[in-house]
Amino acid sequence: MKAFTALLSRDMRLAFRAGGGASLAAAFFALVSALVPFGVGADLALLGRIAGGVLWVSAALAALLSLDRLFQADFEDGSLDVLALSPLSLEAASAAKILAHWITTGLPLVVLSPVLGLLLNLPPPAFGALVGSLLIGTPALSAVGAIGAALTLSIRRGGLILALIVLPLITPALIFGAGAVSGVFDETGRGAFLFLAAFSVAAVALSPFASAAGVRLNVGG
Amino acid sequence: MADITLVEVQNLTCERAGRRVFRNLGFAVASGQVMTLEGPNGAGKSSALRILAGLLPAAGGEVRFQMNAGYSVTDSDERARMVGWMGHTDGVKAQLTVLENAEFFAALYGARISVAGVLDHVGLKRMTAIPAQYLSAGQRRRLSLARLILGNRPLWLLDEPLSSLDAAGRRLAAELIGDHCDDGGIAIVATHETLGLDATRFFIGQQ
Amino acid sequence: MVMITALANPKRFLDFSRTVLPWTCAAAVILLGVGLYWSLFATPPDYQQGQSVKIMFVHVPAAWMGIFIYGVMAGASLVGLVFRHPLADVAAKSAAPLGAAFTALALLTGSLWGRPMWGTYWQWGDARLVSELILLFIYLGYIALWNAIDDPVRAARAAAVLALVGAADVPVIHFSVDWWNTLHQPASILRLGGPTIDKSFLTPLLIMIVGYTFLFLWLWLLRMQTEILERRARSLMMARGA
Repeated sequence: MKAFTALLSRDMRLAFRAGGGASLAAAFFALVSALVPFGVGADLALLGRIAGGVLWVSAALAALLSLDRLFQADFEDGSLDVLALSPLSLEAASAAKILAHWITTGLPLVVLSPVLGLLLNLPPPAFGALVGSLLIGTPALSAVGAIGAALTLSIRRGGLILALIVLPLITPALIFGAGAVSGVFDETGRGAFLFLAAFSVAAVALSPFASAAGVRLNVGG
Repeated sequence: MADITLVEVQNLTCERAGRRVFRNLGFAVASGQVMTLEGPNGAGKSSALRILAGLLPAAGGEVRFQMNAGYSVTDSDERARMVGWMGHTDGVKAQLTVLENAEFFAALYGARISVAGVLDHVGLKRMTAIPAQYLSAGQRRRLSLARLILGNRPLWLLDEPLSSLDAAGRRLAAELIGDHCDDGGIAIVATHETLGLDATRFFIGQQ
Repeated sequence: MVMITALANPKRFLDFSRTVLPWTCAAAVILLGVGLYWSLFATPPDYQQGQSVKIMFVHVPAAWMGIFIYGVMAGASLVGLVFRHPLADVAAKSAAPLGAAFTALALLTGSLWGRPMWGTYWQWGDARLVSELILLFIYLGYIALWNAIDDPVRAARAAAVLALVGAADVPVIHFSVDWWNTLHQPASILRLGGPTIDKSFLTPLLIMIVGYTFLFLWLWLLRMQTEILERRARSLMMARGA
């Protein structure tokens, strides 16, 4: 357990140091959301209707942004070898890194989302659903993303491939997440929340094993 | 420290990217011994160390750790927990300070000795607050040596540990390896240079 | 000497596939010939959709193959991961572009069919088509991952893990798209290949599906042969270099 928290706090510290992706992802999230009105026009009614979906898509892209370095940085400087030979299992190490990524990337997105909701004229009753769905759903983004990060860790400029393999896999999170926001006005929101939670739980539970498998096949080389 | 009495390697075969690197490697190193692994570039010294550590699956053959307690270990995951590792990369986070790096290693391995003391021992006492990216290559090597001490593992697998080290650093590395083996540890060292220690030598790639 | 020991088995596979190959090819040609003639000329036009209903005979089997081949790929990946058998890796790798091609064909014919039915080439309301689009992306990611990793052994393992993660996720994706679809579209929408298939369409459709399957088997074996020979050539080259 001590090793787990050590790795967790190390990764969090790194995320906030120079070159870490934490603040970058939040800025990216804000920027993409702020650019949308330039694309679709300043019609507040339209913006309010699409705000939930837009914020969910930008959140998914922002979470991906910092994922490509999740294992790759440790791979390049040899830390991954050290982790693979440490008392911590690779599964536990992957879980710690996923948790660190979520705390440093997912959580800031959740905190930032109401502000961006205001910017995009999200209807007031939907704010709770927006924050709640991101809170429940962003762990799934970190978890599924970690699998992609582990599989692509040896690829130079693997960020594009990472996005290509991860984005289709997280479609359910996007659908249920955005559905939870738009569903506050009818009966469908509840179902969306439940399905989102189920997807998130399954992703978080299974991802450490798949990620560890990805790391294991790569540290051999 | 735990207690490997003998590291035994039999008929070890290694393939990388579908290409055979070496075949039928066999040697044994007993507790208290240093063995150097020598051979030309590309002979597979690093691969051999990775297989021993359990990082790389062997294409054939067996690695067996005979334990003091009488049983023996072949499983790669179990072997991995007995290895002190120093690869050709240092495993040091550039953005963290020397002390933060060392404290992370200590927490990771559950080390019970003083981190400051170890850093002093490897000659990094005055560098503790400096981010590792500002260290010289030799100083990062020393930080790697600190990890070996903090890990307190019975089998040290070292890949070119002397590279980048100055004369004092080489003496330090040799002294640490010597102390480790005097304590009943085992060290297998891939190197092109002489350690200045009483070591058995094993050649890969040329019979 | 450098030859991977595991290629010994593929040698037996090569012998096997050389015998089977002409037969699968012949079966595919005959079945597709008969199926196409029967479905295009020997079935009546639909009273609602007219002749355009006959796109179904190329669309539905392609859509089915897209999913079926993913299953084959995931199965081969599992075998490759568990038993570390290179032939399974080759099988999975060779199946992927075919699965992607069939899925793309399904999307193409689906949207061509959609044009007369919906008045538009793409209809987000059709959950099956939307799911197929995402399946195509998953195939493309899988192929990209294979191509991005140089070491074939490592590439095979990574791709296999991805294929299995995808296999767990594809049903969830389909479910989520289905759920989303009912949310945004009234249930009365006409679905491609819906439940109201005329009985006279069933036999030619079945023949087409079997024909597509043989077409896949033929191309799959061919690709596997090529891949094995390519690997052999590469290891011979490396042996000379070493």
